[in-house]
Amino acid sequence: MQVGIGLPNTLTGADADLTLSWAKRAEAGPFSSIGVFDRIVYDSLDPLSTLAVCAGATEDIRLATSIVAGPVRSTGLLAKKAATVDVLSDGRLTLGVALGARREDYEAANAEFRGRGSRFTKQLDELRDIWQSDEIGPDPVQEGGPELLIGGSSDPTYKRVGRYGDGYIHGGGPPRAFAKEAEKARGAWNEEGRPGDPTLWGHGYFALGDDEAAEKGREYLLDYYEFTGPFAERIADGLLTTPQEVIQFVRGYEEEGCDELLLFPTVPDIEQYERLETVIENEWDA
Amino acid sequence: MDINVIGGGPGGLYASLLLQKEHPDWDITVYERDPKDNTYGWGIVFSDSTLSALREADYKSHDRITEKFALWDPIDIHYEGERIRCGGHTFSGIMRSDLKDILRERCAEVGVEMYWDHNVDNPEEYRDDADLLIGADGLNSTTRETWEDQFKPRMKMGDAKFAWFGTEKPFDVFTFIFRENEHGLWRVHAYPGRKSTFIVECTEETWEAAGLDEKDEEEGLAYFEDLFSDHLQGYELESKLYSWRHFPIVKNRTWSHDNVVLLGDAAHTAHFSVGAGTKMALEDAIALYEGFEEYGTDNMQGALNWYEKERRPRVEGIQEAATQSRKYFEQTERYTDLPPEQFAFNLLTRSGKISYDELKIRDGDYTDNFDRWYAQYADGGNESQAVATPPMFQPFTLADVTLSNRAVFAPGPSSVGTSGHPASEQIQRLADIGTDGAGLAMTEPVAVSARGRISPGTPGIYEEGHLDAWADAVSAVHDAGDTKVGIELFHAGQRAATKPREYGLDRPLSDGDSWDIISASATPYTGRSQTPTPMDDDDLERVRAQFADAAQRAADAGFDVLQLNMAHGYLLSSFLSPLTNERDDEYGGSLENRLRYPLEVFEEVRAVWPDDKPITVKIPATDWRPNGNNLGDAFQIGRQLDEYGVDLMTVVAGQTTSNDRPRFDTDVLARHSEQIRNELNVPTMTTNYITSTDEINTQVGSGTGDLCHWYPPNTDINSL
Repeated sequence: MQVGIGLPNTLTGADADLTLSWAKRAEAGPFSSIGVFDRIVYDSLDPLSTLAVCAGATEDIRLATSIVAGPVRSTGLLAKKAATVDVLSDGRLTLGVALGARREDYEAANAEFRGRGSRFTKQLDELRDIWQSDEIGPDPVQEGGPELLIGGSSDPTYKRVGRYGDGYIHGGGPPRAFAKEAEKARGAWNEEGRPGDPTLWGHGYFALGDDEAAEKGREYLLDYYEFTGPFAERIADGLLTTPQEVIQFVRGYEEEGCDELLLFPTVPDIEQYERLETVIENEWDA
Repeated sequence: MDINVIGGGPGGLYASLLLQKEHPDWDITVYERDPKDNTYGWGIVFSDSTLSALREADYKSHDRITEKFALWDPIDIHYEGERIRCGGHTFSGIMRSDLKDILRERCAEVGVEMYWDHNVDNPEEYRDDADLLIGADGLNSTTRETWEDQFKPRMKMGDAKFAWFGTEKPFDVFTFIFRENEHGLWRVHAYPGRKSTFIVECTEETWEAAGLDEKDEEEGLAYFEDLFSDHLQGYELESKLYSWRHFPIVKNRTWSHDNVVLLGDAAHTAHFSVGAGTKMALEDAIALYEGFEEYGTDNMQGALNWYEKERRPRVEGIQEAATQSRKYFEQTERYTDLPPEQFAFNLLTRSGKISYDELKIRDGDYTDNFDRWYAQYADGGNESQAVATPPMFQPFTLADVTLSNRAVFAPGPSSVGTSGHPASEQIQRLADIGTDGAGLAMTEPVAVSARGRISPGTPGIYEEGHLDAWADAVSAVHDAGDTKVGIELFHAGQRAATKPREYGLDRPLSDGDSWDIISASATPYTGRSQTPTPMDDDDLERVRAQFADAAQRAADAGFDVLQLNMAHGYLLSSFLSPLTNERDDEYGGSLENRLRYPLEVFEEVRAVWPDDKPITVKIPATDWRPNGNNLGDAFQIGRQLDEYGVDLMTVVAGQTTSNDRPRFDTDVLARHSEQIRNELNVPTMTTNYITSTDEINTQVGSGTGDLCHWYPPNTDINSL
C-alpha cells in the first residue's frame, strides 16, 4: 500500500502559498499522491483547477480527485478538464468520481438533483469514449484515459466499478468498513469478468498536535458533513489525532488490501503537513 | 430535565432507570397502558453473552436479572425423528414479567414516577410539557404514528403465521421442532424459562389447511397438544392472548425528531427467531443514556444524534441477519429434502452470522460428527470414518467424473487470442490454475464461432487448430494431478464485437475492427452498442451446429466437463430473457417458447458430448430488472434443464441487460444457488465471491451449493 496526503483545498484560508508548498513538500516527502475534495457551495478551491496548478509545481507525485461529484458537471467539460490535467501532469491524474450527495451543490451548478444516478452511469459510459475519440481533445497521456475510480456505497456503485472503473474509492471510515465495501467491489469486479483486480483507495482525516488542533479538525468535519445529520458525528469521531491512531489506521488499511490511502488534513496549517510527514516517514514502512 | 416516557416495557423502564439513577434531580415519568401486574408475553431470550453491558449500566438490576436467568447453551434440532444437538451458543432466558418486575422495582428505588393503566392517545401533550418524550411504546407505537411524517416508518409483514404459547413442560435447551402432518410443515421454537415458551410457526397455507382460521383457542391448543404430544409428554399448552399473527418488520428513517425519540420495537423490530428484540431495546436504553453522558443536558440534540449513530449500524446488522432467519422459517419447506444432519447445519448457519469455523469453535464435537457424516454422505457409502476432512475436501461425482474437492477455479474473459486461437498466455493460465489444487479448473468463456467472440482476442474452439492448443492445456493439468478440467462454451450474441475489458465493459469496437453481431432480437446491449440482427432460421441452424461442433472438439481435446453459458446477456440468455427476446415465432413469447432454442442447443451438444461426462449450465437466477426473469422463472428454467438431463447448474445473476440493478450484498449469489438447489433438488455451483475455505465449508455443508467458485487470496485466477 502507498500513502497519499490530501491538500487543504476545502479548508478555509488555503491560499496559493500553502497549497503549492504543501504539494511540493508532499512530492519531496514520503507521499505517493496528493488528493483534493470537491464542494461547490463551500469555501473551497475547485478540485481540478487546484490539481492543474499543482501539476505544474510537481513532477512525479500522483494527483487525485478524491472525490469529485460527477453528475454536477457536464460530461464533456469534466472529460476535457480531466484530460487537460492528465496532459499537463504527463499522465499523473487519478480521477475519483462519485455521485455527490449535496443538493445545494447541484442547485448551484444548475444541474438536476433528481435522476443523478442514471446520469452518472451514462456519464461514466461516455467518459472513456470522449477520451479515446478525436472530437474532444486533448488525448490523455494515460492509455484509456486517466485512471478512473468510482466512489459510493450503494448497489449501483459496485456495478459501476465493475463496468466502467479502474477501481473503487472508499468514502472513509475505519478499516473494517473499508474491508466490507472493498469485498463488494472485488466481488462486482469478478462478477463482471474484469481482468486483474480493481484498484482500491481509501481515505481518512487527521489533525495532529494539541487538543486545539483536534478540536478545530472536529469542528471542520462537523461543518463539512453537516448535511449527513447524525453521521457527521460519526465521521468526526473517526478523526485521527495522534501518531498511534494514524499508524493503526494505516496498518489496518494495508491489511485489508488497500492500494492507496489518502490522509486528509482538517486544519489548514503547514505544520499539519509536517506532523503527518514525520509519522509516516518514521513509523510506517511501506 | 423533565422526561415523559410512553411505554412501561423493558426498554422504557430501563432507559428511565439509567437516566434517573444518574440524574436524581430529573423528573422522569413512565406511562403504561397495561396494569402494573400485567404478565403479557412468555420468555425472553438473550441470544448471546453481551450482557456485560447491563452489568456496567446498572449492576443491581443485572444481579436480579441474572439470578432469575435460565441458562443453557445447546440448540436441539428435531427433524424426521432425529435429534441433532449443537452446543456453545450461550443463551439466557427470563420471563418477560419477571424482567418487568425487576426493572419496575429498580425504577421505584431510584425515584421514577410510574403510572399504570394509563393510556396515552395524544403524545403531543406529553411532548409539550416535557423536555424530552421517549416513545418506548412498542410495535404499535402511538408515538411513531403521531410523528409519522418525521420518522417516516416503513412496516412490512412477514409471510408466515405464528402464535406464542407457554407450557409447564420443562424444555431444557433451545429446541427447534419441525414436524410434517397432513396439513403441512410445522415449526416450533421452544425454550426454557420459569415456564417454557413454545412458539408455533407455519405457512399461511398450512394454517388454513389445518382449519385454524375456524378453530377457537381450546381447539387450537388441543390440535398442537396432540401434534406435539411426544415432546409435550402430557403437559398442556397455555395461551395468554390467543392470536395468530404475521411478524411485522419495522424500520424508521430516523429515530428522533425535535424532542421526541423512539426506542425498542417502536424504532425497529427483528424476527423472534434471532431472539434480539428485548436485547435491542435494553441496548437502545444504554446508548440513549450514554448520549446524555456524552453531551449533557445542554445539547440534547447531540445526545439524540449520538444515540442513533451508535445504535443504527448495530441494529441494521441484526435486522439483516434476522431477515435471513425469518425467510428461512418462512420457506423451510424448501429444505425438507435435505438429510437431517445437513438440514440442521443449514438451520444453524441460516442468518449468515455463524459459519463452519464459528460452529467448530462453539462445539468441535458437533463439527467433527458433521464432517464424518458428510464424508459418508458425499461418498455415498455406509463406512463411517473415525476422522474426516471438512466438507470442502469431500469428492463430488457428476456423471462418471469425480472431482476431488468442492473448489472450482473459473477465470473471467481475457482477450489476447488471435482469430479465436487461444494465445499461449490463455493456455498457460488454464494450465496454471489447473495445478493449484482445485477440484475443477474451468476455462474462461470459449467462443463457438468467430462471430460469438466478445472481443477480437476472445479464445475459441471453432477450428481444428484451436483444439490442439486446448488439448495441450488439458493434458498438462491431467498430468500434474487429479484436478479435472472443464470448458465453458458460449456465443457472445448481443455482447460480441466489443473492446477488451481492460477499460470497461461492452464498449463497441470501432467500425473498422467490428463484425456483424446476432441475437434473439434487435436489442442493442447498451445505448452505444451495435444493434444485433435477429437470428433467422439459417442462423438458428448454424449456431446449433457451431455449438455441437465445439462440443465435439472439446470432447476430442479431453475436457472432463462441459459448461454451456445461458447467462450474462450472451446469446442463449438473450433468448431466455423477455427483456431481450422480442421474437414472434415459436422461440419468443412465453417462457416455454423462450427456453426452446437454448434447449435445442443443449440437446445437440448432449448428442455429441460423451455420455459419461457431465454437462453443466450457467443460468441466471434473476435478470435484476422489472419485467425480466425473476427467481420464479429461474425455477422453471432450472426444472426444464433438469428434465433434459443437465448435471449441475452454475448459478449466476444479472447482466442479461446492461441496465440491470444488481444487489451486491456479499451473499446474494450464494442465496440464489441455495434457493435453486433446494427448490429443484438439483446440484448447483455457487458463484458467490468466495475467498476462504471457511465459506466453502459453510456453503457446501449447508447445501447452499455442491461446488463453489473460489477466489483464494494469492492465486490470481483472473490475471491476463
